[in-house]
Amino acid sequence: MSTGPSTGIGTGPNNGPKTGTPPGGAGVPGGEPGAPAPSGGALRSGGPLLEVRDLRVEFRTRDGVARAVDGVSWSVAPGETLAVLGESGSGKSVTAQAAMGILDTPPGRITGGEILFRGRDLLKLREDERRRIRGARMAMIFQDALSSLNPVLTVGDQLGEMFTVHRGMSRRGARAKAVELMERVRIPAARERVGQYPHQFSGGMRQRIMIAMALSLEPDLIIADEPTTALDVTVQAQVMDLLAELRRELGMGLVLITHDLGVVADVADRIAVMYAGRIVETAPVHDLYKAPAHPYTRGLLDSIPRPDRKDADLYAISGLPPNPVAVPPGCAFHPRCPMARDVCRTGEPELSRVSAERESACFFWRECLRG
Amino acid sequence: MGRYVIRRLLQMIPVFAGATLLIFLMVNVMGDPVAGLCGERRCDPATAARLRAEFGLDRPLWQQYLTSMGNVVTGDFGTAFNGQPVVELMADAFPVTIRLTLVAIFFEIVIGVGLGMLTGLRRGRPVDTGVLLATLVVIAVPTFVTGLLLQLLLGVKWGWIRPSVSAEAPLDELIVPGLVLAAVSLAYVTRLTRTSIAENRRADYVRTAIAKGLPRRRVMTRHLLRNSLIPVVTFIGADIGALMGGAIVTERIFNIHGVGYQLYQGILRQSTQTVVGFVTVLVLVFLLVNLLVDLLYAVLDPRIRYA
Amino acid sequence: MPEAPYGDGPAIAPAGGGGAMDLATAEGGTLEQAPAPAGPSGPGPAGRPRSLWSDAWHDLRRNPVFVVAALVILFLFAISVWPQLIAPGNPLDCDLARAQQGSRAGHPFGFDGQGCDVYTRTVHGARTSVTVGVCATLGVALLGSALGGFAGFLGGVPDALLSRLTDVFFAIPVVLGGLVLLSVVTSDTVWPVIGFMLLLGWPQVSRIARGSVIAAKQNDYVQAARALGASPARLLLKHVMPNAVAPVIVVATIALGTYVSLEATLSYLGVGLRPPTVSWGIDISAASPYIRNAPHMLLWPAGALAVTVLAFIMLGDAVRDALDPKLR
Repeated sequence: MSTGPSTGIGTGPNNGPKTGTPPGGAGVPGGEPGAPAPSGGALRSGGPLLEVRDLRVEFRTRDGVARAVDGVSWSVAPGETLAVLGESGSGKSVTAQAAMGILDTPPGRITGGEILFRGRDLLKLREDERRRIRGARMAMIFQDALSSLNPVLTVGDQLGEMFTVHRGMSRRGARAKAVELMERVRIPAARERVGQYPHQFSGGMRQRIMIAMALSLEPDLIIADEPTTALDVTVQAQVMDLLAELRRELGMGLVLITHDLGVVADVADRIAVMYAGRIVETAPVHDLYKAPAHPYTRGLLDSIPRPDRKDADLYAISGLPPNPVAVPPGCAFHPRCPMARDVCRTGEPELSRVSAERESACFFWRECLRG
Repeated sequence: MGRYVIRRLLQMIPVFAGATLLIFLMVNVMGDPVAGLCGERRCDPATAARLRAEFGLDRPLWQQYLTSMGNVVTGDFGTAFNGQPVVELMADAFPVTIRLTLVAIFFEIVIGVGLGMLTGLRRGRPVDTGVLLATLVVIAVPTFVTGLLLQLLLGVKWGWIRPSVSAEAPLDELIVPGLVLAAVSLAYVTRLTRTSIAENRRADYVRTAIAKGLPRRRVMTRHLLRNSLIPVVTFIGADIGALMGGAIVTERIFNIHGVGYQLYQGILRQSTQTVVGFVTVLVLVFLLVNLLVDLLYAVLDPRIRYA
Repeated sequence: MPEAPYGDGPAIAPAGGGGAMDLATAEGGTLEQAPAPAGPSGPGPAGRPRSLWSDAWHDLRRNPVFVVAALVILFLFAISVWPQLIAPGNPLDCDLARAQQGSRAGHPFGFDGQGCDVYTRTVHGARTSVTVGVCATLGVALLGSALGGFAGFLGGVPDALLSRLTDVFFAIPVVLGGLVLLSVVTSDTVWPVIGFMLLLGWPQVSRIARGSVIAAKQNDYVQAARALGASPARLLLKHVMPNAVAPVIVVATIALGTYVSLEATLSYLGVGLRPPTVSWGIDISAASPYIRNAPHMLLWPAGALAVTVLAFIMLGDAVRDALDPKLR
């Protein structure tokens, strides 16, 4: 699938000062040029599809300023799936909202960084230019389809709206497209159900409608924010498989935001783990599962029940995620970290290169890798 | 839907009976229904007794109530203190009050919803704070004070309007009285619209609409306003009944010969049948309007089901 | 967040504007779901425990609207109890020779139609308004929350009966009811007016109390307490009632302002209080024929009335904002 008519967004190789950033590598602050090309099929012509560079977002709350996103960088190449993993409050959704341009401002505020979509900084675009990209070139799937769909409009209207607004289609044509989309996400009896309201669908069907809406204009990039969290476990896998399948068919990039390591393993190419507004580790998915390079990631992995370790006690990360207005000094994870030493309380660990495609923000990633 | 309407209509019967019974008791037990029948003078005992028998006032109260309701159901509202049938009074009074109410509703929609939209979209800005304060002041000043002041300023001092409305009560003379009648509700409509918009503005589906790349205008009208105005529409609808019942103060100030005026006269002259008749019709209007509003609500919001 | 189908309406709908809503609002199960944590949803627990009340108080103290309203109300209470503090004169000390005269030394607000000092009468009128407002509100709040609370808690037949009864009272326009009922009462005290407000006011509070009790009853922690064998009385007192207190307080505070206003309206219509009671409503009513020549007679009591009502409504507004975490 092509990316549709060009709307003048630069797709050339030049994507700013960091020309050498490997498409498969996580955005490295001040990245090293000439890193080896990644394995896997993520390589496409041109640079990354979407690149977040040193993004900073603050929230003003009653108790002070919360740095929800504190210097986050990542990138996703065309056709690649990047999973952004983290607990609620880690800043993963805020990053996505900032990229999409739907951050609530106020209380939120982007205080620094760049968000490059095919090399153009979205934060510098005029609002109407950004609007034309939203939905058409990059689309978003939200967690809670019931509240994210307008309760008083039929699903047909809400799907068709994409075509009438972005493509100037007639209402009749848009309605036909809506039925087509609903069939594509395998909603039975689409022709009859196109006139129904969101609350008349089951949770899984509603999320399929959200997916259909995001795919409607065949965008280059989908950002899915916890797309299956609100669903029954039995439905989760179906919806995730459908999303992965359609992504493959259309050759889109996907940013999958989740707290669920189980979801990630099957669909993601790479993972970026977030904690307290920062990225603590990035790695190709298999490397990360094999041997995490950050104690937080290790904690997350160890807290997943595994059939091959039935007798062992499940591990739980002690303590709570930090209060976003009072993040601990030094490494934000140190109060909960089993490996913490004095240096963790004072020094802020930078992301450092573990291997060609991996980075970790732990002083002791070598020990961590060894297990 | 048909079954729901029937069920609701059936439910209205006890409420209607209860409300009219309450009014009937207030008028008959607490007051002396014969007192008003002899005009300005006090009735002599013999006449009073004859009148009591004639109007069935010597019978038990429950019989009187049933008779009176029976009459009402057949459209016989009795006669007023001046010998005129109450139905005739109603035929004169209700069109005037309905016109006044429509003017008030018009102001509620245009000014109330307009200001509510303005402030809801600019929450926290000076416009918002100003309008919000103004609504508080409007709510705080009783209607009769607002009415008297506007009458003084517009009618007497500046001479823009006639201080008292003529008997036919044409629409243009009802503009200021309509505004006075609407004032408090208007302030509520403004605040309700504002809250509703401000609340829905943060709703997930509005965020979705923005994420879909819809133009701001479309997000605002088709998604935000469409949803936010549902409670406002139902409030305004339900207010129709309340305004007709509350018009009595406004009608008194501007000397409008509507329902309130007739009721006031009826109470002053202790004309039982006038009072019971008018209040009965008002209660009926109130109940029917509320039923219509509930149905309208279900039309506007597909999540509501008839149960 | 899924929005409630019936938005956050004004706390008091004039004359029962809310209407009878027993349409099923789409099954609770689908609409009432846990708010999904997306992004930083406000600050986490910062160590110190916070209750709804301490949080609300923390907010209120910093809210200038609340502070101003509270000061005005304190002042009103003070002059209701000790009007002589600032107005040593006798409000019934009138001299027809001074009728309708404007202000002069010692009589800053001038004189009314009977030649009484408007300043003294305005100050002394506060007591009547405050008495009516406070008594009616207390009565309405107690009666309404008791009836509504029990009906909501018991459910079934008592609940259905009470609901129909509230509908009956809602169907009667307030001013009209007052006119009919009070026109036949002859009393120089404030009690008939308060009684009338009680009669027509309780359904408003009872509806709110019933709603919050029913909502509280469905809360998981109440279900848990029930499952653990808590007695009905304990359930009601410990778990259910506290949830109804906040909304009732909010409604009652705002209602207090409207009762003050209603008393004046009824007095204006000639069925509320009667002289020699000193009341703003009576004075405004008496002044209205002279509005052309001596507007001061009307403006001072009307101003006092408006400020009083405004103070209570603003207080209620501020309290509601503080007690309703949804609006944060």
